[in-house]
Amino acid sequence: MAVIKAQIRTGVYYDSAVLMQLQRSLANLPGVGDAGVIMGTDTNKELLERIDLVSPEVTASRENDLVIVVRADNEKTADEAIAKVDELLTAKKATTETNVRPKSIEAANEILPESSWVLISVAGRYAARVARQALAVGKHVFLFSDNVSVEDEISLKAEAAEKGLLVMGPDCGTAIVSGIGLGFANKVRKGPIGMVAAAGTGLQQVSSRIHQLGSGLTFGIGTGGRDLSEKIGGVTFLMALDVLTRDPETKVIVLVSKPPAPKVAEEVLRVARKAGKPVVVNFIGRTPISRQVGNLYFASGLDDAAAIAVELAKNPPAPYVAPELGLKRFAKGQKYLRGLFSGGTLAYEAQHLLTEYLPKVYANAPINKDNKLKDALVSVEHTIVDLGEDEFTVGRLHPMMDNELRIRRLLDEAKDPEVAVIMLDVVIGFGSHEDPASELAPAIAKAKDVAKKAGRYLEVAAVVTGTEEDPQKLSAQIEPLKKAGAWVSTSNEEVVRYVGSILQGLNAVATVEKPAATPIDLAVLKKPLEAINIGLESFYDNLKVQGTPTVHLDWRPSAGGNEKLIGILERMKKYE
Amino acid sequence: MINITEANKKVVEAFMEARPVVVGTAKAIEVIPGMHKDLFLHAGPPITWERMAGPMKGAMVGALIFEGRAKTAEEANKLLESGQIKFAPCHEHASVGPMAGVISPSMAVFIVENKTHGNKAYSGMNEGRGKVLRMGAYSTEVIDRMKWLNDVYAPTMDAALKSAGGVDIRSLLGKALHMGDDGHNRLDAASLLFTTTLAPHIAKVAKDAATASDVVRFMGENALTILNPVMAACKTMTDAGANVEGSTIVTVMARNGTDFGIRVSGLGDRWFTGPAGQVKALYFPGFTVNDANPDIGDSTITETAGIGGFAMATAPAIVTFISGTAKDAVQTTMDMYEITYAEHKYFTIPFLEFRGTPTGVDIRKVVEKSMLPRVNTGVAHKDPGVGQVGAGVVTPPMNIFEDALVAFAEKYGI
Repeated sequence: MAVIKAQIRTGVYYDSAVLMQLQRSLANLPGVGDAGVIMGTDTNKELLERIDLVSPEVTASRENDLVIVVRADNEKTADEAIAKVDELLTAKKATTETNVRPKSIEAANEILPESSWVLISVAGRYAARVARQALAVGKHVFLFSDNVSVEDEISLKAEAAEKGLLVMGPDCGTAIVSGIGLGFANKVRKGPIGMVAAAGTGLQQVSSRIHQLGSGLTFGIGTGGRDLSEKIGGVTFLMALDVLTRDPETKVIVLVSKPPAPKVAEEVLRVARKAGKPVVVNFIGRTPISRQVGNLYFASGLDDAAAIAVELAKNPPAPYVAPELGLKRFAKGQKYLRGLFSGGTLAYEAQHLLTEYLPKVYANAPINKDNKLKDALVSVEHTIVDLGEDEFTVGRLHPMMDNELRIRRLLDEAKDPEVAVIMLDVVIGFGSHEDPASELAPAIAKAKDVAKKAGRYLEVAAVVTGTEEDPQKLSAQIEPLKKAGAWVSTSNEEVVRYVGSILQGLNAVATVEKPAATPIDLAVLKKPLEAINIGLESFYDNLKVQGTPTVHLDWRPSAGGNEKLIGILERMKKYE
Repeated sequence: MINITEANKKVVEAFMEARPVVVGTAKAIEVIPGMHKDLFLHAGPPITWERMAGPMKGAMVGALIFEGRAKTAEEANKLLESGQIKFAPCHEHASVGPMAGVISPSMAVFIVENKTHGNKAYSGMNEGRGKVLRMGAYSTEVIDRMKWLNDVYAPTMDAALKSAGGVDIRSLLGKALHMGDDGHNRLDAASLLFTTTLAPHIAKVAKDAATASDVVRFMGENALTILNPVMAACKTMTDAGANVEGSTIVTVMARNGTDFGIRVSGLGDRWFTGPAGQVKALYFPGFTVNDANPDIGDSTITETAGIGGFAMATAPAIVTFISGTAKDAVQTTMDMYEITYAEHKYFTIPFLEFRGTPTGVDIRKVVEKSMLPRVNTGVAHKDPGVGQVGAGVVTPPMNIFEDALVAFAEKYGI
């Protein structure tokens, strides 16, 4: 049975047009038969009487009363309809006025609620505070301003990471989002390549070359030059890399930077290896050791990076499958490599290649003097010993002819609970020992057994250099080594990369992972760009030219720059 | 520990939910709390006779003549200098007065009652524009009008209001804002609504037809007829939000022609004052900025409550006060959203898609953004006895908001 419910509000005035609209909205609600929203004048009440929409409250209402009355299928529907009134009355509509120049981010946000970016180019000493306000309302930040302190950069990026927002900068000159250039940027077509750059003109050069070569960008994310320093730790770089990894439209990722802090570079490359798509890397000025490692492609320069990326986007390689490393076999605390070489050049190349995997490898014949072992007889952390060096060959045969010293060292190293992998080289041919495997294979088996008895797993990897025609015969040497449990290859590089990957894996697990950033919402990032600009008006003009909805803030420094008042205002935030 | 957000919410809710109804009139001494025969109330923060501005001195002289306690200006001045007459801000006695805002013991005042919270506020009869007591004029013509207002007009209004069961000011203002009023400088629509609402009752209760005719004509001719009840209504709204611990919302903005003063809800009855500004004004023929007295009056209670200059976007007819373009009127309102805490539930602006007016000035926002409240106001001549010379816009001095912020930090150990 239909019910009639009424609510009377005294002392409010609404224009009759507003009330008519409200009445229509209420009448359109499911389950509502009819609705009346009127001021309680006699004429209006007569109208309600004519459609039988009356109740004692309605009859008693006066001309200054707002009368809301509904006829609904049941009591609940009627109550719900009446409860909707406030929502309908206060529903916000987009403001038609766009020429208004707001004075605060909050006000700008009211005008452009769909904006997800704030461009900041105010004087450096104010920039961090403005950036914080932008983050507070959930916007990504393009921070062009320079002279922002490292401390501010750290805290801004920590806050951004927690919220899943990007802080590009400080001192970020360039970015391309949804085909729109922010700051200094070129008109680059949309395409399958995503870029992260800690170098503004680097981004401009590579993106322009990509365009010239006929391809284009999904995103060009700038991070600011300091992002890859040890203090900042690549927060923005890593978040950007992550979001490009997740973006199905980004087929190839390009990373460009001046040489990063080694630790940060290591972390960036570790994450890049997991991208599941080709990643082209150019750390300007750092000559790559290898052209390609797994899904990583190392470019020799900016132009090279663009060319490789375009080629990879055009002809995607088969997805790279990482070799099984069996990291679970190792016991806790096993994390070091010991390389026991007889060949000086092989030892030297091993050290060189390992720089891509490990921060520091000690050696008696090191590639740089910081890595020099104090005592060639005592291994330290990751160590590579060339037993063919003079210090070992005084009064004895070269290790290519005499295995005794190496076998003793092999068994010693096997006892070290921190050792995970031992690498050996076995060089055969004229002049070498007549059958090195006959001595080394039992030693390897014994070494592995020593570790096993102590509850550990020891990986022994060996490179064998020689041919089938050699007196010792290549396959006859490999066979017993494999039987003894060694991982064997005839390529020094392959063995080094294998052991490098294992140790990298073990050490990554061993280091304490940083708290992960909240992932950036890809859907928000891919929305058509709308932005709030604070500072240089030319940035606003540029966005307008590109057809981007933009609001320019009529900005001025907080509290007129008065530090005492600014301090109070900051502290008051704790009481909000 | 205080919670500023909660406190401010409570204050602006009180501002908006207050429902002031003008219920009648009475003599000041009969209804205003703390009123006595030697107490003369004035606009703005506290002030001594020595520092009092010309128009306020003129109004005090006029009030003494009106009260029959002096026959001439000289006599009045002597009495005022003697210290026998006590001065106090209207605001400290639940009252408000436009311009000089002088309320003397036997002056008739409107009684406005906030039906939601039960508090009351008082304000005198409006004399119209031109040469009037509130602008510092005290000629015979001025005093005669005051006497008519007191003896004929006020009693008729009292009877008519009682006959009508009071007039709901919040509802009436909501409507007037949609008719082009800002609720402070332009009250043409509100005054007409007030007049048409009361006219039938005046016809019924007036002593005779001639009185009814005089009263209705006076109301109809005076576009500011409703200014004083509106101000008292705003006073009941902001008083309802006064003295809330931890709130940074301004509950009083008022000027005495020398100083501009504010009070902040979380800082109780303390005044923060600075020099009253010069009004950016349009002048009546024959007057210039050199004739103008600095900013004066309690009428800024309208802006405090969320209308007046803050609702400029709804009053395009008076944009001439600010520069002449409707865009500037809209910008004024948009600017005020930046420094206020809420958007009014009941006062809305059609042009801004019925957005509520900016309500509740937050000292934090004023200081942070270095943006001052915009006030629409009349301008009095700087000398006693002349009266109104123009109207325009003005802002308070920045230091009073800064001082209040510092005091807030001190009080709450921030």
